[in-house]
Amino acid sequence: MGNVLGLIFANMHDMTVGELTKNRTMGSVLFGGRYRLIDFPLSNMVNSGINAVGVITKDNYQSLLDHLGSAREWDLARKKGGLYILPPFGNANAALYTGRIEALNGAMSLIKHSLCDYVVMSDCDVVTNIDYRPIVESHIESGADITVVAHTGQYSNEEIKMSTVVNTGDDGRVKSVLIRPDLSGTCTCSLNVFVMKKDFLIDLINDSISRGHVSFETDVLQSKCNELKIQAYEYDNYFSKITSIGSYFKANMDLLDPANAAKLYLPKRAIYTKVSDNAPAKYDLNCHVVNSLIADGCIIEGEVENSVIFRGVRVGKNAKVKNCILMQGTVVADGAECNYLITDKNVNIGKNRILTSSPSYPMYVGKGASL
Amino acid sequence: MVGELIMFNKKECVAMLLAGGQGSRLYALTQTVAKPAVPFGAKYRIIDFPLSNCINSGIDTVGVLTQYQPLVLNEYIGNGQPWDLDRLHGGVHVLSPYEKASGKDWYSGTANAIYQNIPFIERYDPEYVVVLSGDHIYKMDYNKMLDFHKAKNAAATIAVLDVPKEEASRFGIMITDDEDNIIDFEEKPKNPRSTLASMGIYIFDWKKLKKYLIANEEDENASKDFGKNIIPDMREAGEKLVAYRFDGYWKDVGTIDSLWEANMDLINPNIPIDLYDPAWKIYSRNPILPPQSIGHNAQIQNSMVTEGCFIDGSVEFSIISEGVIIEEGAVIYDSILMPGAHIKKGAKVEYAIVGEDSVIGENAQIGARPETIEDKDTWGVAVVGNKLNISDNANVVPKAIIYEDM
Repeated sequence: MGNVLGLIFANMHDMTVGELTKNRTMGSVLFGGRYRLIDFPLSNMVNSGINAVGVITKDNYQSLLDHLGSAREWDLARKKGGLYILPPFGNANAALYTGRIEALNGAMSLIKHSLCDYVVMSDCDVVTNIDYRPIVESHIESGADITVVAHTGQYSNEEIKMSTVVNTGDDGRVKSVLIRPDLSGTCTCSLNVFVMKKDFLIDLINDSISRGHVSFETDVLQSKCNELKIQAYEYDNYFSKITSIGSYFKANMDLLDPANAAKLYLPKRAIYTKVSDNAPAKYDLNCHVVNSLIADGCIIEGEVENSVIFRGVRVGKNAKVKNCILMQGTVVADGAECNYLITDKNVNIGKNRILTSSPSYPMYVGKGASL
Repeated sequence: MVGELIMFNKKECVAMLLAGGQGSRLYALTQTVAKPAVPFGAKYRIIDFPLSNCINSGIDTVGVLTQYQPLVLNEYIGNGQPWDLDRLHGGVHVLSPYEKASGKDWYSGTANAIYQNIPFIERYDPEYVVVLSGDHIYKMDYNKMLDFHKAKNAAATIAVLDVPKEEASRFGIMITDDEDNIIDFEEKPKNPRSTLASMGIYIFDWKKLKKYLIANEEDENASKDFGKNIIPDMREAGEKLVAYRFDGYWKDVGTIDSLWEANMDLINPNIPIDLYDPAWKIYSRNPILPPQSIGHNAQIQNSMVTEGCFIDGSVEFSIISEGVIIEEGAVIYDSILMPGAHIKKGAKVEYAIVGEDSVIGENAQIGARPETIEDKDTWGVAVVGNKLNISDNANVVPKAIIYEDM
C-alpha cells in the first residue's frame, strides 16, 4: 500500500474529554497503561503499509510533539515518506481552523506534493487495531467518492449525541447523514475514518473553501450525500469509541479482560509507543495485585484491584487502589485509599488520604495535583 | 585519497567490550546465543549493563568484540540506538574477526582481539582505551575511574573490588602498596595475600597498550591474554599499574548459580543495585508489548515483572521477563522465566531458570526447594534451555540442565 497517504487529526474531539485535554491534544491523551490515543491510528497506518503520515494539530500540541519525537518508534523516521507534523498554517492574524476542511486546507501542500493516489484520514477518538488495506481496496472497488468507516450496533444516547450517524441502503451507500442526533438504540455510527482519492480530496477542499464551507461532516457528508457517492464500510472488529470521561474510563477498564486485550494487541500488528526505558515493575513483599494492568517502572507495595496503572506509578504500603486509572508518575502514599479515580500525570495522593467516587462518574484529578 | 575525506573526530576515550565468550558454563542458555546476549533482570540482556555504563559515563565510542554465535547479539545491538549509541561520530560497532590480506584469524585471546582491532581504535586517535567484559552486572562511572587514572598518571588502571577473604580465591587478586600501586597479582590463589579482586575493567594509555599488544603478538609462545600477558608484561617493564577501588554492586554472571543469584539480587532490598535511578538508567532494546496483565487468580510478591506478561498464577521471589504467560494454578518460586516462557496450569517451577520461549506442561515440576532435598549435594538450580517443550506432569530434578524436549 505504498500509494496511500495517512492523515491523523490530533485535536478533533478535544472537547469530549475536556479535563484530559486541558493541556494536551486528544491524540496525546494517555491510554491503557502505556499508550497515548494517537498510537492506535499511527500504528494501524504503519501496520497497513502506509509509510507517509501527516499529523494535523491545532493547539496544545507540545506533549504530542514530545511523544512523537522523530517517530522512530513507529518506524516513521524515513527519508522517503515518514512522519509530517502539521501545526496550524496561516498568517499571524488568521484564527485557528474551526473545521476539518480548514484543517485539511492547512495541510494542502503535503497532500498536493504527496505521490500517493489515496488518502486515509483518521481521528484519535477510536481505539482499535484496524487494517486499512481492505478498506482502501473496497473503496477502489466500489468506485465511491468517499468511504466512511462505520459500525452498526447498539449505542447509548450519550454516544450517539457525540457521533455522526449514517443511514445506508442495502448496498452500503449512504443515503442520509445525521450529526450528533438525540437518539439511542441501533444505528450506524461513523468511526471518523475516511478514504478518498487524493485528487478528489484536493478538489473537495478547494471547492469547499471557496464556498466558505468548513465542516466536513455538515458541508460535505450531510449536504452532498446525494450528489456524491458516499459508501459506508462496516467495521466489526473490537473497538472503543471515546466520547466522554465515562467512556474513556470504560474503554480502559475493558482491557482488563484478556479477551478484549487480545483483540487490540495483535502479535503481528503491534501498537507502537514512545520508549521510556523504565525498569521492570517491582512487586513488593506484601503487595496484593489482581485484575489489573501494570506498566514498567511501577513499584507496588500496597493493594491494586481492577485498575490500569501507567508507567512509573508508586503505590505505597497498605495503600488501596481499586477501580482506578493512575497515569504516569502518580504516587499513592502509604495507607491512602482510592476508588473510582482517574489521576492525570504526576499526581500525589498523601498519606492515609481516602478518595472515593462512584462508577457512574469517576473522579478526575488534574496533572501534578497534590492531595 | 578518498580515505582522507572520511573524517573521524578524535575521542579522548574509546571502550572495547570483550563479548566473545561462548559462556560454556551457562550450558543450555548459550547454545545459540553469546553470553552477553543472555536475558537478565526481566527486561535486560547482560550487555545492557556495560553499554549503559559507557553512555552514562560519556563514552560514546564502543567496539564490541565477538566471535561466538553473533546473530542474536548483532541483531540486539543493531545500530545502538536504544543506548543512544547511534552517533554521527563514534557509536557502537560490532567487531567480528575478518579475513585480511595477510591471512585470517579468529580472536585467539582477549589481547589478540584488541590487537586485531587496532585500526578501529586508531581511527578515533584516543588517549585512553577502556577494556570491559560483557558478563558482569554493575553500575559504574568509568569517568571517575578515568579521572583517577589521569591523577595517578598510570599506564594502566585496574578496577578492583574488596571481596570477603573466603571468596578471594575465586578471583584474580591484586596486591597493592599504600598508594594503590599494584605490586603483584595472583590468579585464583589458594592463600590470597590480598582481598582486592580484579573486576575485569581496565583503562590503558592507548599508546602504551598498543606497544605491548604488538610485542605480545610477536611472541609466539604468549597466550594473547590481558591477565596472563599484557598486565604482567607491563609490570615487568616497570610501568605504573594502579588499582581503582570500586565499592558498589558488581557480580560476574558466568555460571548458572551466579546468573541466578544476580537476578535474585535485583529483588533483594538489602543489595545496593538500583534500577530505578533516573540519573543512571540501564537501557535496553524495549519489546513492543502491552502492559503486564494480572489476572483474578494472581498472587505476586517480591518479584519483578515486565511488559507483555499475563499472570494468573502465584509468583514469589522471581524475575519474569517479557511476554511470559503463567496460567491459573501455576506456581513460580525463586525462579527466572526468560522472554516468552509459558507455564501451564498447575505447573510448579522452583529454584529454576526457564529459557526463552520454552513451554512447561500442566502439572510439571521444575526444580525443587533445597529444604525438601535430603542430600544437599544433589540440589542446585534447574535449567530448561531455550525453545523447549516440557510435557505435562514431567519432572525436572534440581541441578538438571535440559537441552531437549521431554
